[in-house]
Amino acid sequence: MIIKQLTVFLENKSGRLSEVTRVLGENGINISALSIADTSEYGLLRLIVSDGAKATELLKKNGFSVNLTDVICLNVKHEPGTLHDAIKTLSDAGIDIEYMYAYAVGDNAAVIMKVSDAKEAIYILTQNNIDLLKSHEIK
Amino acid sequence: MIWSNEESLSRSELEKIQVEKLKDTVAHVYQNVEFFRNKMQNLNVRPEDVKTLDDLKKLPFSTKEDLRVNYPFGLFAVPENKVVRLHASSGTTGKPTVVGYTQKDIDNWSELIARIVTMAGATVDDKVQIAFKYGLFTGAFGLHYGLEKAGICVIPTSSGNTEKQLMLMKDFGTTILVSTPSYALHMGEIAHSLGIDPKTDLKIRLGLFGGEGSSEATREKIQKVWGMLATENYGLSELIGPGVAGECTHLNGMHISEDFFLPEIINPKTGEVLPPGEKGELVITTLNKEALPLIRYRTRDITRLFYEPCSCGRTTVRMEKISGRSDDMLIVKGVNLFPTQVEEVLSKFDALGPHYEIVIEKHNYLDSLEIKVELNEDLSIDSYQEFERLEQNIKHELRVVLGLEPKLNIVNPRTLQRFEGKAKRVYDLR
Ligand SMILES: [Zn+2]
Repeated sequence: MIIKQLTVFLENKSGRLSEVTRVLGENGINISALSIADTSEYGLLRLIVSDGAKATELLKKNGFSVNLTDVICLNVKHEPGTLHDAIKTLSDAGIDIEYMYAYAVGDNAAVIMKVSDAKEAIYILTQNNIDLLKSHEIK
Repeated sequence: MIWSNEESLSRSELEKIQVEKLKDTVAHVYQNVEFFRNKMQNLNVRPEDVKTLDDLKKLPFSTKEDLRVNYPFGLFAVPENKVVRLHASSGTTGKPTVVGYTQKDIDNWSELIARIVTMAGATVDDKVQIAFKYGLFTGAFGLHYGLEKAGICVIPTSSGNTEKQLMLMKDFGTTILVSTPSYALHMGEIAHSLGIDPKTDLKIRLGLFGGEGSSEATREKIQKVWGMLATENYGLSELIGPGVAGECTHLNGMHISEDFFLPEIINPKTGEVLPPGEKGELVITTLNKEALPLIRYRTRDITRLFYEPCSCGRTTVRMEKISGRSDDMLIVKGVNLFPTQVEEVLSKFDALGPHYEIVIEKHNYLDSLEIKVELNEDLSIDSYQEFERLEQNIKHELRVVLGLEPKLNIVNPRTLQRFEGKAKRVYDLR
């Protein structure tokens, strides 16, 4: 249930982001989730893709600096309070959330989290009946 | 162990020797080298005007260009049939610079090498592999005869054919490596690719490195890969070759053999002599050369001198690792800046690649300094806080080392220009 996330460094140069999407698109790699953190100077692009290892290699070859990180993906009902329950479960277990991003599709919401201990988080969440997605289930 | 008594004399004893040798050298060049005689006459200085070490500054400088203009033997101070050896260094353009040695010069050279290898910790129980190229360059032959003089077994492998070098190293039980620092790193990589761990599978315990400048980061890397003590030594073929100065095991600057080489530090722009401890261009007057004595030779190397006696027991002055070439020196906002200082800082950060550019511009009559550096393709960070911390740390280090506050621009891998030969790092757009 551990999911590989790519973090890609972007100089704030126009065209850099489209360069990433072009490289991945041309090589048949699907982007399932994406978030960008940026300031006036640099950007960090976070991606969940269909083939993390291949995408990392391709992007490095094309002059990008890439980090491959373990994250988890929660599947929660698109209702008030459900995300709060999940976050509380983790914090009660002493697991820190470094960052997260989410998207809602229909009745459910997918929440991608970078936590201090992914394995422990998976165990705790599963114990508490909170649903987690596997790589191929993120669409 | 200290090879020679001259390395631990008191300052006054040493200066007595230096003054006598300086007078002899000045008389020798005045009498036998037309070029120096003319230069001195133009400045209205006669040999008898040099009575103390302080009088040195009355004398004219000499440069590599002077050697080129007087190609091949114009600066030799002895008849050609007294010269028993010729070496030459390649000029990047045109003619090489030629250096000659009498038999006494060769013997002195060996003495100087015996001193530096002994101070680095080499003993008769060692075996040395010389991976400098044997040929017109001074490096290999200088070390060769000096090591033999010190009673140490020499294996003259010359440079190249790295696999064979490693095989001999293993089979012969070589304990010391003589090479350039970059060749030592290359050799380490080849060893690993052959499944040899230099640390455990080879007996190399000491490196005598020279022939090119290198950073502390390079030293640390070599020591880590090889499990050896990596020492550095200094020399210029114009002065004699290797053997001018070397590090003792305390790695605290290179001891100059001052009874052979009289050092000064000058401001490279004005030629003014700077007080001890200040950074500037190293100028050397040879005190014992027969064939090619040089007066106030401008080495173009930037360093600093320390006169405090060393804990190894030697009293000779120490020179700091070369921090740049005076030709490379930039002045930004009135501060002297060497590209090597920037390199030294950047190389400490694993997140950064080896490629960088220094851009200097003028805006509203003010200099602005920008440093562009590539990230490594393996990104070690994953969040903004980490990235900002990295950025702050690099900026802080740059500020401490340069005394300037550059703009830092971290760029994607493989975006800065690449060069086949010597890389262009500096873009001075003022
Ligand atoms: Zn010492």
